[in-house]
Amino acid sequence: MSKKIISVNFDKPNAHRLSVYEELGGYRSLTKLFAMNPADVIEEVKKSGLRGRGGAGFSAGMKWSFVPKDIGKPKYLCVNADEGEPGTFKDRKILVLDPHALIEGIVICSFAVGIHTAYVYVRGEYDTPIKKLQAAIDEAYAKGYLGSNIRGSGFDLDVYVHRGAGAYICGEETGLIESLEGKKGQPRPKPPYPAVIGLFGCPTVVNNVETLSALPFILNNGWEAYAALGTERSKGTMLFSISGMVERPGVYEEAFGVNLWEFIERSTGGVKGRRGLKAVIPGGSSSPILTAEEARSVSLDYESIAAAGSMIGSGAIIVLSEDNCVVKALQVISRFYAHESCGQCPPCREGTYWLTRLAERMEKGEGHPGDLDLILDICPNMMGTTVCVLSDAMALPARSYVQKFRDEFERHIKEKRCPFSRARNNVAVG
Amino acid sequence: MEHDKTFAFDEKNEKSFQDTLKKYPKKMAALLPTLWLAMGQNGYLTDEILEYVAERLDLSPVHVYAVAEFYTMFHEEPVGVYHLELCRNLSCTLCGSEDLVAHLAEKYGIFPDETTGDGMFSLELVECLGSCGTAPAMRVNDVYCENLTVEKLDRIIQGCRSGVEPEEEPMGVH
Repeated sequence: MSKKIISVNFDKPNAHRLSVYEELGGYRSLTKLFAMNPADVIEEVKKSGLRGRGGAGFSAGMKWSFVPKDIGKPKYLCVNADEGEPGTFKDRKILVLDPHALIEGIVICSFAVGIHTAYVYVRGEYDTPIKKLQAAIDEAYAKGYLGSNIRGSGFDLDVYVHRGAGAYICGEETGLIESLEGKKGQPRPKPPYPAVIGLFGCPTVVNNVETLSALPFILNNGWEAYAALGTERSKGTMLFSISGMVERPGVYEEAFGVNLWEFIERSTGGVKGRRGLKAVIPGGSSSPILTAEEARSVSLDYESIAAAGSMIGSGAIIVLSEDNCVVKALQVISRFYAHESCGQCPPCREGTYWLTRLAERMEKGEGHPGDLDLILDICPNMMGTTVCVLSDAMALPARSYVQKFRDEFERHIKEKRCPFSRARNNVAVG
Repeated sequence: MEHDKTFAFDEKNEKSFQDTLKKYPKKMAALLPTLWLAMGQNGYLTDEILEYVAERLDLSPVHVYAVAEFYTMFHEEPVGVYHLELCRNLSCTLCGSEDLVAHLAEKYGIFPDETTGDGMFSLELVECLGSCGTAPAMRVNDVYCENLTVEKLDRIIQGCRSGVEPEEEPMGVH
């Protein structure tokens, strides 16, 4: 049994209600918080080793420390609840089952950085999570955990929910800021980073829901308790969204450093129907694929997954069984990136579209012998050539699919059909 | 351009609009929430409504058009009484969402990007809904329908036909 920090209340009935949350020890950290010097709070979070759980894995405390102090402008917190990385469904759990933990985290972050206005940008499809979060915010205001002079501390904070409208790119932090400002969610060139020039031209912290939800534990138990979990460089725990061909898909919390496949097997019961394992996508659709052998040997922490040529990303693990087709998987994800490309950078706008066409024709049995080399030629031109990393997020997995499962792609071309497709001819999809 | 004055927020939405404006230091930031309010009132966004929104927020109509166009959830055409958004992304595809698309077409004549002749159903194949652990998944209007099977889909469609919107199941611990 792994230590539960973020999911500790998931099985407690009605933890989304303030009274229950308080009984479970909720908002206890604020007494300690308001007695601290804000700079010490940042230091505490830095020492805990907490890293951003939205995908980038950057030190949360470090990110906060980049915000300039006393420059006469307001500062903002944007909470990234635009959860859109395919395979990821953990923030939705937090918003529905334990929204007050997020609010408590928002208060901690805001106090540390000197923020008095926070916006929670929730993806537009999350109707129930938005309602649960708004109800929790209303309760928190009523009980004085938000608003002016929070619990007599003299600290003021307003929190607003902002609903997105269906654009994956708004999960990119500068795309999110543009969107919140009332524009198309097209990412900005960096630098300047949001910490210096962010929302409304002011210093801004953008943090993921899960990152903020870990803060009450760190405040209550001290940085040492958090840093004691995990590995030397990947500290603490993370919520892993496990989906695809497993017996019991779901969100499972685990401390870093366990064996990837053992963790998947232990939590979910392994591959559905006792079929063979083909591959594991470890960190959302943007992460390069791992073969069964790699998944069985790699340790689940930022450094080990990176050394294996992939990334932990948002912790979205997708399992493919021996019956699944890697070409089909490429077709599905390339179509996704082509759909979600914001269109401002040609390598992304064109590259994602070319890859989709190539994957689609191979899956239909209409691939050409040169298609694989064409994919491998296109991918490097999509990497490091654009404003944001959406393009890289398509190119990296595409290249890995072809490199690691080249035989499977070649079979599609040679046999002029998908060797995995069933007899049924589906109606045109997409 | 002066818009034609037939669309205006009703009393409730006018109040919500005024409350929304208070949340942001700049009016433009209220654009997405205002578009949501307008779509909630009318069902979809017409040119006239976009111009109304532009005027209310002191924005150029072209900016409002461009933003409305950018986000997939803002509709510029009417949708059916039941808007089905079925996920076509990876985990849902692995768990059989393409079979559901085929079933909707074969059994009910509901096709992607179309509205049925009786105006009851529109089907949109959408990208990841954040419901991968309960795949395949679909939204019916604002309601998540998860762990779909052909049988469950039949129950949902038949329910809708008799005017019963599906209910969201409580979220599981994992």
